[in-house]
Amino acid sequence: MAIDAATVRKVARLARIAEPEERIEALTQELNGIMTWIEQLAEVDTDGAEPLTSVVATGLPLRDDVVTMGGEPEVVTGNAPKSVSNFFVVPKVVE
Amino acid sequence: MSALTKLTLKGAVDGLAAKDFTSVELTRAHIDAIEGARGLNAYILETPDQALEMAAASDARRAKGEAGPLDGAPLGVKDLFCTKGVRTTACSKILENFVPAYESTVTSNLWRDGAVMLGKLNLDQFAMGSSNETSYFGPVTNPWRAKGSNKALTPGGSSGGSAAAVAADLCLGATATDTGGSIRQPAAFTGTVGIKPTYGRCSRWGVVAFASSLDQAGPIAKTVEDAALLLNSMSGHDEKDSTSLDIAVPDFTQFVGKSVKGLRIGVPKEYRVDGMPAEIQKLWDDGVAWLKEAGCEIVEISLPHTKYALPAYYIVAPAEASSNLARYDGMRYGLREEGANLAEIYENTRAAGFGDEVKRRILIGTYVLSAGYYDAYYLKALKVRRRIAEDFDNAWTKVDAILTPTAPSAAFGLGENSSDPIAMYLNDVFTVTTNLAGLPGLSLPAGLDANGLPLGLQIIGKPLDEGTVFSVAGAIEKAAGFTAKADKWW
Repeated sequence: MAIDAATVRKVARLARIAEPEERIEALTQELNGIMTWIEQLAEVDTDGAEPLTSVVATGLPLRDDVVTMGGEPEVVTGNAPKSVSNFFVVPKVVE
Repeated sequence: MSALTKLTLKGAVDGLAAKDFTSVELTRAHIDAIEGARGLNAYILETPDQALEMAAASDARRAKGEAGPLDGAPLGVKDLFCTKGVRTTACSKILENFVPAYESTVTSNLWRDGAVMLGKLNLDQFAMGSSNETSYFGPVTNPWRAKGSNKALTPGGSSGGSAAAVAADLCLGATATDTGGSIRQPAAFTGTVGIKPTYGRCSRWGVVAFASSLDQAGPIAKTVEDAALLLNSMSGHDEKDSTSLDIAVPDFTQFVGKSVKGLRIGVPKEYRVDGMPAEIQKLWDDGVAWLKEAGCEIVEISLPHTKYALPAYYIVAPAEASSNLARYDGMRYGLREEGANLAEIYENTRAAGFGDEVKRRILIGTYVLSAGYYDAYYLKALKVRRRIAEDFDNAWTKVDAILTPTAPSAAFGLGENSSDPIAMYLNDVFTVTTNLAGLPGLSLPAGLDANGLPLGLQIIGKPLDEGTVFSVAGAIEKAAGFTAKADKWW
C-alpha cells in the first residue's frame, strides 16, 4: 500500500495544508517510511477484539440542556485575525 | 537568596508556613534565577509582575490564616495550558499571538490552592516531539551535560521546558502533559520526577488538544512527594471535560513513604529491547534489588503486544491530531495568511502556521482516516490498542505494579535524532503503552550513567491506583538516594 506523490498531494489537499511541489518527493518518502513501519500491525491477531475507543469505563455524563455561558461576543472574537462589530470577518464564499 | 530556589516544594511550603520567608522573597529568588538562565530557553514567556502580585496576595492570605496547600509556591506552566490574559502558543507560529480569555481547569486548581505563576514553559510544537526541537521558539537546552563535554543535550520532550526548569531550580514544580511519554521521558533526561496519572484524573479543559484519548496532564517535580503534592491540586472532576472522572481524589502524599512490603512487582520481559545500553539494564536490576530489599515480591511478566504499541500510537495520535487541529483555520483565532479564495486561505494559513513535524502528523492522520483506509489502519490500531490493554489486565492478576526503565537512552545531543522521525519516535517505546491503556506511570531518577547523565525508572500502576505507584516510587527514591544536580554552567 505504498504512498505515491499523487496520494500525498491528495492528502495535503484534504488536510488543507499547501505543500509546495518541491516538498512532495521528500514527503512521499517520509510518509512511506512511517507507513511501512506501521504495517507490522498486520501481524497482530485482532479477531474478536473490540476497538478500544475509550479507556475510561464510564458512560458519557448528561446535563440539562441550558445555556451555561455566553453573551460575550467581544471576548469570543477577541483573538480573531479579522473582526468587525463582534463578528468574524471571513472571505466571501457565495457569489 | 539562591538557597530558596534549592528548596523542594514541600520544603518551601513548610518554610512559608513557619514564616521563615515570605512568598514574595521566594518568588523574587526564582525570578532572579530565571533571568540568569535565559540561555536554557526553558521559559518562553516570563510573567514576573504577575508572579509578584500573586505572591503578595499569598502573603496576605497567609497573614489572615487562609493559606491553601500550595500557597505562595512559585510554579512554571507548560505553554499548552491556557492562561487567562497570558499568551498561550503551544510553541507554534499559528498561535504565536493567542491570548486566552479563559484559564485551564488544571491551572485554575493550582491558583485556587495558592500557587504563584512564574511564566510559560517551552515545549515541542503542539506537544509533538521527544526532544523539544520542534518548538517554534527553538529548543530547550538540558541543564545536564556529559562529564567533560560542552555539547548541548536535549531535555527530552515534549515537556522539555518544564523538566529543564525544575532541574535547574527555575521553579519549585511545573505542569506538563503526556500523550506518549511527554512527562516521563523529559523527567528521566533531567533527573526529575514526573507522573502521568490515570486518564481522566486531570481535566483536559483549556489544554491545547493534541490526541484527546491519550492526552493527560501531570506534574514534573523535584521529588516524589512534591509530585504527589502537585497532583493533589491538579486532579479532580470537571464537568467541562466529559472524560474527567467523577471520583474522589485521595491525598497522594499519604502514600509516599508507606511500606511496600508484600507488594508484587512485575518486570516485563518484552521491555528488554535490542540495543538497550547495559547501564539502563543495570539500573533496572538495581531497581529490582531495591524493591526486593524493601520486601516486594518480584514477578517476571509478559506484555506480549508491547512492540506494537508505538506503531498503533502513530495511527491513533495523528488521526486524533488531524481532527483536533482542523480548528486552526485562520478565521476565529490564530494566524491568517491571505489567498485567492477560502480554500487557499486555509491552505496557506496552515502551511505557514504549522511546523514540519506537526504537518507530518496531520498528513499521516488524514491519510489513515481517509476513505478506503479507515478500517485497515485506524480501526486496526484501535483493536491493537485493546490487545495492549488486555496485556495489562492479565498482568494485574499477578502483580500490583510494574517496574521498567523510562527511556531507552540517556539525554542525547540536540540535532542527533532530528533527521529520522522513526528514530525519534522510539524514545517513547517504554512509555507509550500506558497512554494507550490509560494507566498511571511515574518516572523518577535512580542513577547516573558513565557520562554522569541521569537515568530514570518507570513505575506503572493499575487504573486509579496512583497511590501504589507513589509508594513504590517513594521506596525506590529512598533506596537510590539520588541527590545529583546539574553543575551550573548557564
